[in-house]
Amino acid sequence: MYLTLALVFLLAMFLGLELIRKVPSQLHTPLMSGSNAISGICIIGAMALAPLTEDNLFALLLSSAAVAFAAINVVGGYVVTDRMLAMFQSKKGESK
Amino acid sequence: MNYVASVLFLLSAVGFIFGLRMLRAPATARKGNMVSAGGMLAAIVGTLLVTIDQGHFNTLAALTVLGGIAVGTAIGIPAAKLVKMTAMPEMVALFNGFGGIASLLIGWGQTQEAVAHASNLAEVEDKLIALTGGQPNVVTLATFLAVLIGGITFTGSVVAWGKLSEHLTSKPVLYPGQNVVNGLAVLGSIALGIWFTMQPDQIWLLYIIIPLSFVLGVAVVIPIGGGDMPVVISLLNSYSGLAACAAGFAVNSPLLIIIGALVGASGLILTRIMCVAMNRSLGNVLFSGFGAVSTTGGITATGEKKEARILSPQDAYFVLEAAQSVIFVPGYGMAVAQAQHAVKQLADLLVKNGCDVKHVIHPVAGRMPGHMNVLLAEANVEYDQLAVPEDINPSMESVDVAIVIGANDVVNPAALTDKASPIYGMPIIEVHRARAVFTLKRSLASGYAGIDNPLFYLSNNSMVLGDAKKTIEALIAEFKAED
Repeated sequence: MYLTLALVFLLAMFLGLELIRKVPSQLHTPLMSGSNAISGICIIGAMALAPLTEDNLFALLLSSAAVAFAAINVVGGYVVTDRMLAMFQSKKGESK
Repeated sequence: MNYVASVLFLLSAVGFIFGLRMLRAPATARKGNMVSAGGMLAAIVGTLLVTIDQGHFNTLAALTVLGGIAVGTAIGIPAAKLVKMTAMPEMVALFNGFGGIASLLIGWGQTQEAVAHASNLAEVEDKLIALTGGQPNVVTLATFLAVLIGGITFTGSVVAWGKLSEHLTSKPVLYPGQNVVNGLAVLGSIALGIWFTMQPDQIWLLYIIIPLSFVLGVAVVIPIGGGDMPVVISLLNSYSGLAACAAGFAVNSPLLIIIGALVGASGLILTRIMCVAMNRSLGNVLFSGFGAVSTTGGITATGEKKEARILSPQDAYFVLEAAQSVIFVPGYGMAVAQAQHAVKQLADLLVKNGCDVKHVIHPVAGRMPGHMNVLLAEANVEYDQLAVPEDINPSMESVDVAIVIGANDVVNPAALTDKASPIYGMPIIEVHRARAVFTLKRSLASGYAGIDNPLFYLSNNSMVLGDAKKTIEALIAEFKAED
């Protein structure tokens, strides 16, 4: 099982390197902020863990705090990225 | 296994990959961000479905999971909506730190749950198998990594936030033996990590590893000067992806592993782009305490202090009025002064006056990769007015006026000539070859990186001192008075 997961990990790293290789510099910030939002994917780990910890209050607290922090990362990250990209877009619209 | 959830996870992975891909081109970027958000939504709904399917989704679970999401959303949306565009880098740093601490909490929470009702190592390992379906030692190794990298990401990002928002000094903080202390902390945490991997019932090990990771996060970022922040921010971004990836191995979630690795890799690429833009290696950025060394650019070999020429906005106007070709070189000072709208206005007036205008953006100008592009986009500067250093440098001699707005190191000619300079070898915007240079600056003090700039003392350079926004507004007023 772990061989498969390790392969998956390697392939995903290569995919990530290939996906981002050529990015125009004006998109560096949105790209970074967008991938920052994606790193909030750890929310699914926290969500899977939290219901399993209900017999231990401390573990439950830790895992629900993880859900909340990850949610800030996800929601805030996407909204801030969208705000930035909206500015890029309105500019395009005006220049025609 | 719930088939709907499986399909959702597949869709989610596809959404993230296409979303990232679309973020590469300006035309599709905004849609790409939406697609990636869709991927996130699919992952969250899929995870909920799995939990319900497994019968774990009772009232308490619903309260904690949905409550956690609600709290996070209630904090995240206003924070993201209200932040000023100029404060964007520190906001992104902070969000990134929250992702890191979430990974740490996942590892910690799972271990806490595993040891709660177990009295010996075998029982803890059984519990870990029951929780994750994985092999105990792999799970605990991944837990250690998630905690370590997550903790480094968290405090590292918080320090980056502090430096960027100027709550903390932006100067590198160095002390003797720093690298030794950091090295010992790394070795110590690895040793404790191996111990923990073997004996996860010794949860007290985590209580040492967690503070150690916090210390390491601070230690990694404090020696780095403000000018190197774009590198650090991209690197921390990469770390938060790797932390999520480790958490994925800890809770045995392939989707988390894939997406964490994607973010980790893309962060590494951005870090590399930033390092190349400064002609420095990553190791050099991380360990050299860049900017702590101060050179003597303003003082000649004989020790004689040079004089910089000071110009009033009125005099600057007369030169600009006659100029055929003007370039703006924005830096962090433009962000601080919030001068981007005034810059756009002045650029428009210059264009109306028959002048060719370009904004030349250095890849590491500002505090975040692409920082200046965001600000100029906010001010609606046209895309075709933007240029990169390679576009302008070859024809710099034909530029009548280069207006440097709060940029310093990216126009410092010492990078080309002075081998002793800490930024020697960094590609710069060679404004010193333009016919005239106006440097808008608050004072004659050296730049964010703490290096004096010989540009200021060249015969074609004039300093226009004062708040950049006020100076540009004064220029605008001069142009308007002429009409």
